[in-house]
Amino acid sequence: MRPRKAKKIVFKSAEEMPLMICSVGHQTHNLTGAWRNIRPEIDLERCIKCGICWKFCPEPSIDVVDEWPVIDYDYCKGCGICAEECPTKCIAMVEERK
Amino acid sequence: MRKVIMGNHALSYGAMLARSQVISAYPITPQTQVVELLSEMCADGTLDAQFIKVESEHSAMASCIGASVAGARAFTATSAQGLALMHEMLHWAAGGRHPIVMGNINRAMAPGWSIWTDQNDSLSQRDTGWMQFYCSSNQEVVDTVIQAFKVAETLMIPAMVILDAFALSHTYEVVDVPDQALVDRYLPPFKPSIKLTPADPRAFGGLTGAEHYMELRYKLQKDMEKAPALIEETGREFGKVFGRELGLVDPYLCGDAEFVFVTSGTAGFTARVAVDELRAAGVKAGNLRIKVFRPFPFDRVREVLGKVKKAAVVDRNCSYGAGGIFYQEVKSAVYGRPGMPPLIGYVAGLGGRDITTAQFKEVAADAMAKAKAEEEIVWIGVKK
Repeated sequence: MRPRKAKKIVFKSAEEMPLMICSVGHQTHNLTGAWRNIRPEIDLERCIKCGICWKFCPEPSIDVVDEWPVIDYDYCKGCGICAEECPTKCIAMVEERK
Repeated sequence: MRKVIMGNHALSYGAMLARSQVISAYPITPQTQVVELLSEMCADGTLDAQFIKVESEHSAMASCIGASVAGARAFTATSAQGLALMHEMLHWAAGGRHPIVMGNINRAMAPGWSIWTDQNDSLSQRDTGWMQFYCSSNQEVVDTVIQAFKVAETLMIPAMVILDAFALSHTYEVVDVPDQALVDRYLPPFKPSIKLTPADPRAFGGLTGAEHYMELRYKLQKDMEKAPALIEETGREFGKVFGRELGLVDPYLCGDAEFVFVTSGTAGFTARVAVDELRAAGVKAGNLRIKVFRPFPFDRVREVLGKVKKAAVVDRNCSYGAGGIFYQEVKSAVYGRPGMPPLIGYVAGLGGRDITTAQFKEVAADAMAKAKAEEEIVWIGVKK
């Protein structure tokens, strides 16, 4: 997994803020995976380690760890592109029941 | 080098001499020749820039924003409906603090379909946070593009260089095209302190909560407030290098004037002829041409108006339900200040109808006969 220092930055004055709104941390401290209704689950028995799900994930919320795909559920929004593109159809979109 | 060029090509030469690194281009009459000449300059190697052909004006501005955030000097040009289609991206450019310079040829908004000049297209973008420079000669166009990059990049605020359709865009005038070496001395390369680079990955323009948004806009306003002094300072510096000073306003015979026209664009030069004729007839007239509309040059306008007995603001635009837009701004500049003259607002020349010296004299006669403004808009040259 990527190292993550999720810390929200709040500036105390206009002076200390940068002119341009950039990288003030929202993308790391907002765990946008909470928006998800359906979650991808990979059946590793049938996975051929082709990396296509990693390549297509638009977030990107799929890491490749020791050649195997690992989904980062903190950020995966459940779009289902990985399941659609998987050549062996080993990714199932399963309803969230939290 | 002195050349006889059209207003559109004056914009192209300005962008070339400023060493623009990215040009995005989408054609629209009466602007097309601006990017046509730039495409030729890119093709023959005169200008070392990426020339991006895009599918709409919205994309033209989006490309400039992308280029600017990556640290490139970006230029594009448009007109009327094209500028309106860019509207969302204009907010992105100013809010994101990307110092793009854009040429806009003032063309009346459709319908009725028109390619001829009036200012409603650019004035509709008044509140986007862009600086707006209204030019009156081709020389002023090429000079202002170079200055605009300097001011924009110092303040990180984008700037529009604006000229009248046909009256300037397609009119050929003698222009002293500045020497490249002198331009390089005046305008250093663009080096933003923050930019998009793989060496220091960042995301730009992200979600901004209520705890930060207002400060961003406060900073934009505070930097806009620095712009008038900076425009004058860089304008004086321009004068030292090139022999032509650039200012916020262009007063003509206002020193001893009792009555002044307040004008902009090419009508601001026509007004000078009317002033000369009025003076020959014994009227102490003057003309205050407003060159920079955003930031609005409050102090310079008050300085001139505080010395006259009456002023007529002649607008080539109309905010329907209110009146001439420069008129409203000039009124707000003098509001609550003692010693200011009565102001009367006139609308003329919409959709490319000529504003003639005879009409200026008609304005002067009407204004001088009135003690104060009796109606919000006096229409000049309309078939009632």
